[in-house]
Amino acid sequence: MTALALPTRRDEAFRYADLDALAPLWPLAPEIIEVAAGATGALAIVADGSAAQARELAITVADGGSFDLRVLNVGRAYGRIAVTVTLGKAAQFHIGAAQLGGGEQVLELVTEVRHAAPDAVSRQVVRSVLGGHATGTYLGKVAVARGADGTDAGQSVRAMLLTRTATANARPELEIYADDVKCEHGCAVGELDAAGLFYLESRGLPPELAKRLMLQAFIAEAFTGAADEDVLTEAALSALEALL
Amino acid sequence: MLHIDNLSATVADKPILKGLSLTVNAGEIHAIMGPNGAGKSTLAYTLGGRPGYDVTGGTATLDGQDILALAPHERAAAGLFLGFQYPVEIPGVSFVQFLRESANAQRKSRGEAPLSGGEFLKLAREKAGLLRMDMDMLKRPVNVGFSGGEKKRAEMVQMGILDPSLAVLDETDSGLDIDALRIVGEGINAIMRKPDKAVLLITHYQRLLDYVKPDFVHVLAGGRIVKSGGPELAHQLEEHGYEAVAA
Ligand SMILES: Nc1ncnc2c1ncn2[C@@H]1O[C@H](COP(=O)(O)OP(=O)(O)O)[C@@H](O)[C@H]1O
Ligand SMILES: [Mg+2]
Repeated sequence: MTALALPTRRDEAFRYADLDALAPLWPLAPEIIEVAAGATGALAIVADGSAAQARELAITVADGGSFDLRVLNVGRAYGRIAVTVTLGKAAQFHIGAAQLGGGEQVLELVTEVRHAAPDAVSRQVVRSVLGGHATGTYLGKVAVARGADGTDAGQSVRAMLLTRTATANARPELEIYADDVKCEHGCAVGELDAAGLFYLESRGLPPELAKRLMLQAFIAEAFTGAADEDVLTEAALSALEALL
Repeated sequence: MLHIDNLSATVADKPILKGLSLTVNAGEIHAIMGPNGAGKSTLAYTLGGRPGYDVTGGTATLDGQDILALAPHERAAAGLFLGFQYPVEIPGVSFVQFLRESANAQRKSRGEAPLSGGEFLKLAREKAGLLRMDMDMLKRPVNVGFSGGEKKRAEMVQMGILDPSLAVLDETDSGLDIDALRIVGEGINAIMRKPDKAVLLITHYQRLLDYVKPDFVHVLAGGRIVKSGGPELAHQLEEHGYEAVAA
């Protein structure tokens, strides 16, 4: 893509984007993050607020480095976070993201993780809870370069729809040019486990409280192990309250 | 306390309970035995109000209240406790967290004051101790990573905390070794063997009944109670099998 022209829906990474909301923000200035060999880095993005926002991150993790990215995407208008990560030899990348939206919100997380060298590990945990007429999108491409043997890439992507009018798009995509690669995909759009709900209700918990507890647990998975796990989880739970 | 009259129910549109009648009075323990697939769990789930278990006829009242008309959580508040044959694992939700909310939801619906955090933990510790369960296990996610026996003991700890008037225990003895069986048996007696409480004990085997002595034993087969008797009936079943005894 060129930096100046507004993308169209034919651009795979913008297939579900709210282009009208994006136009005034365009062009985006990518935020560059470089993690040196053997170093560690972390970033937590809380995209809340009432204005539309779109961010692009370009992260490079050199050999043996690691980066931990957490995203809470709960803005009241359009919210788009796009991340490109390039991993060196034995580098590690973890993203844990939660998107919570209601009303007419359009929330998107777009990732491209490039395993450019052998033995790098990437983990993506994305949890979305969508109500009203909200749309939540995850587009996640994992590209494993020729020679990047020993790649270990995992994507766990789950969405819960609170209403029949909400939409979840989830598209994990693999592009593998190496042998000896372990890529695990888990992708599900669904409802809360009925057996679990009944178990909780059978103990006297009203259905709305049982649902709330299970949704809280569902979202918390995005922030497990984060440096500021408690802060992020609390912010996510208060966003959840607004949806229930 | 519990009156079931001519109850019929379907599971996924398949008729399973076919006119089951049973009366359990306060202070009594009733054992229900029966072959696999007889409908024992279906009876438990139907009383508990599990979605997918549809009542097609008959009635069930708990202390005079039509429990079949209530939502599952309202049945719990009315005094019913269901001990699951297969307790469900719920990642990310701890026992103490949901049990305190459950206990307080029940109390609220009965017009009682809620338990404070401290009061609840004291109660939970006491009941965990009764079942020889480490309190730390109750701080873990519900049933996740628990062995079969631990799950069953955790069911009984929950029963102790929630203090129901009627417990329907579905194969609480399965998955227990000899020591755990004794602990669970003694736990059931300590919690439920009271003049104002009653138990419906669903089991396959005589062995739990050595610890929890039933006042009545019933054979459930083909979706109905086909034979009732005293404790001796359990021994006969154990010795001669369902077909010979209940035929
Ligand atoms: N979810 C279900 N869908 C369809 N059939 C079921 C389901 N659960 C139980 N059944 C059937 O209902 C009958 C009674 O099952 P159940 O009540 O579990 O028996 P028991 O507990 O006495 O072994 C069995 O024939 C079983 O196959
Ligand atoms: Mg059963």
